[in-house]
Amino acid sequence: MLVLDLALKSLRNRAFSTSLTVGSIALSFALLIGVENVRVGMRESFSNTISQTDLIVGTKGGTIQLLLYSVFGMGAPTENVSWEAYREWAEHPAVEWTIPYSLGDSHRGFRVVGTNEDFYRHYRYRGGQEIALAEGRPNADLFDVTLGADVAAELNYALGDEVSVTHGLGELGFITHDHMPFTVVGILDKTFTPVDRAIYVTLEGMEAIHWEDGAPPASDDEHDHAHDEEAEAAHDEDDHAHDEDDDDGHDEDDHAHDDEAEAAPADDGHAHDQEVEAAAADDGHAHAEDISIEDVEISQVTSFFVGTTDRRDVLQLQRDINDFEDEPMMAVLPGVALNEMWQGLGYAETGLRLVAIFVVLVGLLGMLVSLYTSLNERRREMAILRAVGAGPNRILALLVLESVCLAGAGALAGLALVYGLLAAGQSIVEAQVGLFIPIRPPGPIELLLLGAVVTAGFLMGFVPAFKAYRTALHDGLAVRV
Amino acid sequence: MTLAIDVRGLRFRYGRGPWVLDIGELSLERGARAFLFGPSGSGKTTLLGVLAGVLEATEGEVRVLGEDLASLSGAQRDAFRAEHIGYVFQMFNLIPYLSVLDNIALPARMSAGRRARLDGAGVKETAALLADHLHIGDLLKKPVTELSVGQQQRVAACRALIGSPEIIVADEPTSSLDFDRREAFLRLLFQECERAGSTLVFVSHDRTLEGMFSRTISLPDVNKAVL
Repeated sequence: MLVLDLALKSLRNRAFSTSLTVGSIALSFALLIGVENVRVGMRESFSNTISQTDLIVGTKGGTIQLLLYSVFGMGAPTENVSWEAYREWAEHPAVEWTIPYSLGDSHRGFRVVGTNEDFYRHYRYRGGQEIALAEGRPNADLFDVTLGADVAAELNYALGDEVSVTHGLGELGFITHDHMPFTVVGILDKTFTPVDRAIYVTLEGMEAIHWEDGAPPASDDEHDHAHDEEAEAAHDEDDHAHDEDDDDGHDEDDHAHDDEAEAAPADDGHAHDQEVEAAAADDGHAHAEDISIEDVEISQVTSFFVGTTDRRDVLQLQRDINDFEDEPMMAVLPGVALNEMWQGLGYAETGLRLVAIFVVLVGLLGMLVSLYTSLNERRREMAILRAVGAGPNRILALLVLESVCLAGAGALAGLALVYGLLAAGQSIVEAQVGLFIPIRPPGPIELLLLGAVVTAGFLMGFVPAFKAYRTALHDGLAVRV
Repeated sequence: MTLAIDVRGLRFRYGRGPWVLDIGELSLERGARAFLFGPSGSGKTTLLGVLAGVLEATEGEVRVLGEDLASLSGAQRDAFRAEHIGYVFQMFNLIPYLSVLDNIALPARMSAGRRARLDGAGVKETAALLADHLHIGDLLKKPVTELSVGQQQRVAACRALIGSPEIIVADEPTSSLDFDRREAFLRLLFQECERAGSTLVFVSHDRTLEGMFSRTISLPDVNKAVL
């Protein structure tokens, strides 16, 4: 107790150097804990992107690829799954629910996702949270769209705004489907998952996007392979428009259509609508706005999520889907796939952690230097302590204890700093980078790191302590400088 | 009654260096007020280190209060010193980060043996009483850095005296004081040593104080290691 009292008073006496040392350890430890928190936050937000989904099913291909395009909205599927095959699995007795997705289009850089009401009913993220609407209603009609929170915020869209959709995935896709009068009917709550960065339409709406001339095709055969023939079809359409168009007033519009890739969508869209109207009337096609959702036939989906009635059936179901003979299909366990993907990113984690550990070591080395250099001016103090009966062991203990106190105080201050920063900056980080870092009481990792730093402080304390020990033994009561 | 100090055939050197001490015989009866005289470099501080058990005699026998220091382990010598010896340095006697009171109380907190000699009184009370005796009772709460040199030496004396150790060793405690204060300090020190029944070993290179002591030991005469 005496030695602890001495250590604390001695540290307090050197308040300036003590606070500098504690401060540097605190900062370095805060970095370590901060990295750990960010890592956990990243991992959690990553593996909680979806939850309660038992299987993700798509066409045969890479596991990670399937995960990327169906969960993270990255990359493109190579093939789709036919509607018939999807329905077959959706009605499988082991399957409780499915969420079908039709992907491949974008609007001003955001994904357009075709899905149905099952998405609102069954999609879960971050431990079972449901998709909720910030405003409006879920998209249900053919030309309804619901926006992810980020889409609405970044593109500054409000309910009732009209949206044009691009086929393809670029900022400006190959063909702008301006003639589709999509209207924003709902905006989703922020989820901090890729859901925020997507635009939701009905599966039927997604099909409609792929009608080349803004109206349902006369014959279905032509459009089963809409994707493959898109480019050609577009050319046809242009030619067609030229032929039909006798009115001078529409010349400009035609030009605009030719240069679609650069054209501003809004104005063009309106003009195109008129053109389409004319074309449709001449061709005997139905007008886009006259089509009801019931008239649209869905030909395919890109992938679908599956929830099973009984989780014990998952593996069997996965095998069955993988062995499906009618179409090449693949089912993956999202947990396993996410884990696999995270492993691939793991080296970045390790790198971050290593850097943080080295920074803490530097902080502790700073402490060691500070203690060591203070020893010379403390020789008198050591001699006095020796004279009043302190053994060299007590001198050793005093310095080790000072070191432990510095490391401990630094670590605790660092921990406090992290919580302070988290409390102050959590929402900012969330808003800026979409990373939700949970604030929770110090867990085993924090305690482990705290223990490690204090232990390191303890061990490092022996360096100045041994020096003091030797000095104390050698100097005795004299102070030789 | 055993002698306070009894040294026979003591030889000491640091490591493999030259001999610093070579003392055939030196003894001091209990209750003495000894003036240990010697110029700088005559081995005074080294001798005190050996007597206090901080340094280990290279050869010979050193008995303090009848205890053969060579038979004690390092830790036992530390404990022995804490309990039986009060020490006053030439200057810078005080731990800078402790208050006056904490400095005085330090030996009593360091050693249970020393604590046991407080005659049932508390550490603080005893420290305050001693401080009163040395006319520094009003300084107890002050940080030691605010004290004058003379005040610091009195605090050091109080620290040496607390718990009435059998031996008080003072290593030139007055060399930084002017003459009048030296005498005043010495009188107070004598008075308290008497009250505590302590033997005083007072070291100085300044012979003007010699007359106040009951016995004078000239180190150059005793220590054959110094030419």
